[in-house]
Amino acid sequence: MSAQERDLYDEIQKVRALYPVSRSATLPALRLAQERYGWLSPEAFREVAEALDETPAYCLAVASFYDMYHLKPIGRHLVEVCTNVSCALVGAQQVLEAFESELGMRAGETTEDGEVTLRTVECAGGCGWGTVVAVDHRYRERLTAADVPAIVEELRGG
Amino acid sequence: MAAEQFVVLAGAEEGPVLTLDGYRAAGGFEALATARAMEPAKVVQEILDSGLRGRGGAFFPTGRKASFLGQETGKPTYLVVNADESEPGTFKDREIMFSVPFRLIEGCLITAHAIGSDRVFIYIRGEYLHEFEVLRDALEEVHGAGLLGGVTIVLHRGAGAYICGEETALLESLEGKRGQPRTKPPFPAVAGLYASPSLINNVETIATVPKIVELGGAEYAKIGVPPDSSGTRVFSLSGNVVNGGNYELPMGVTLRELIYEHGGGIPDGRQLKAVIPGGSSVPVLTADQLDVPLDATSMAEAGSMLGSGAIIVIDDRCCMVQLGLRVAQFYMHESCGKCTPCREGTRWMVQILRSIEEGTASQGDLDLLLDVCDRILGKCLCPLGDAAAMPVASYVDKFRAEFQEHLDSGCPMHGESSLEHVLAPVDQHTHAPVAEVPA
Repeated sequence: MSAQERDLYDEIQKVRALYPVSRSATLPALRLAQERYGWLSPEAFREVAEALDETPAYCLAVASFYDMYHLKPIGRHLVEVCTNVSCALVGAQQVLEAFESELGMRAGETTEDGEVTLRTVECAGGCGWGTVVAVDHRYRERLTAADVPAIVEELRGG
Repeated sequence: MAAEQFVVLAGAEEGPVLTLDGYRAAGGFEALATARAMEPAKVVQEILDSGLRGRGGAFFPTGRKASFLGQETGKPTYLVVNADESEPGTFKDREIMFSVPFRLIEGCLITAHAIGSDRVFIYIRGEYLHEFEVLRDALEEVHGAGLLGGVTIVLHRGAGAYICGEETALLESLEGKRGQPRTKPPFPAVAGLYASPSLINNVETIATVPKIVELGGAEYAKIGVPPDSSGTRVFSLSGNVVNGGNYELPMGVTLRELIYEHGGGIPDGRQLKAVIPGGSSVPVLTADQLDVPLDATSMAEAGSMLGSGAIIVIDDRCCMVQLGLRVAQFYMHESCGKCTPCREGTRWMVQILRSIEEGTASQGDLDLLLDVCDRILGKCLCPLGDAAAMPVASYVDKFRAEFQEHLDSGCPMHGESSLEHVLAPVDQHTHAPVAEVPA
């Protein structure tokens, strides 16, 4: 076991201890692995499974149910544009298209340099302050297409 | 105009209350001391007397739910707080968590005392990272101040699934499984988390409990429209409205007051076309129904529901077929796949609505759409299928002429609708499995 694997294993044991039944730690354990490796690779599933006394197949079955787990590699930054009704009514599609144009790719893709992944998401829960965009899981609210170039520049610079 | 009445959001009028000292300065944790000096059954009685009903959307009497809990089962009793807020249009629980986190924790501790539980789980949706951090920090302060009184509160983060707001799916998810709803019975009060008696309440519901203890149930019950709609709601106002945001108001305030007086009306000189009064799952109301009061009985009489208290304002730039399509796409994406009518029906709805919008539908397709809705309604384990079928059927019912116009001569908005070509996640990414998983 590498030092990194050992760290993840230890972190998962701490989370397991919070629950009366160890399996309850599956979601947090998958999150910990994803935070460490960026996505959930077959190897990551093996490590999570070992730490939880589950099978890798079980962990994949759970992970594939939830939108926030990445079963393929994603960019260093993640941009998620809410296009549900409230945001769409106030211009979410224009915000999304501005990101596509600035990044030179379509939603669902990652820039060729591996820096930014762009995707649409369902209701983020900021409806009165739309359009909501989560940049690396931090909400930016009341965005319009005009705000997009500065965000992309920030991501490219940082 | 009905003034905002701060019960759940009290103390946060000028901004979030993020320190224990700040919360205590406004009387915080006094209700906990009061409750702990009371017999647990007396606390449940106060909640019963208050008329409080579940604020997640189902509006079930909170006190009754607590009274169903299995007694002397030899198993632990769990309190589970549903903070998986995901109903489109709804962002009130998020505001409660980021602005009055200590009130939610105090509500948890009072409720735990009332039901004899020493283990609380708060299931917070995974996307709410900031709110998770705020709650985590608040919890540490409460722990440090010795206020937990032997109760453990675990913050459990979800990972992106609307269905986990359904209570039995939430329990599955909390047990480390795919979030698919369970058959009922048994109800969670008998066999919930880890097959033990469990009480599951929404964030706003729990955050109301300290005020009920402070005022007394009977006094709280006088707020709003007793007996069925007592209390305040934190209404989430969004869409084509000048001042979107959360407004805590007594139930019974009218849509007109909320939208025009608190929300500042419709921007850009546009006309109001429709209002979704309780999150995207509920039937739509039309512009001539603005004087309907926001309480359960009035909403039912108007043919809709108060749901999660999320009001989505829609102006005359919106094509109702596109609205139906976007709503159906959401539920198709979020269907867990367990029940065939929901899994397949939501896909049918999306296909038919798309063909109507694109002008390729035949005259019979409108009735086919309603037929599909009818074959979903009431035929699934959980309400997700209904949540897709009810609103879409209502759009056809109330805007039938606009749907018919699509069939006859194409979309009357001619590419100018506010929802034109909106990219839904279901059209964008697939849950592509990894190529290989080690044995």
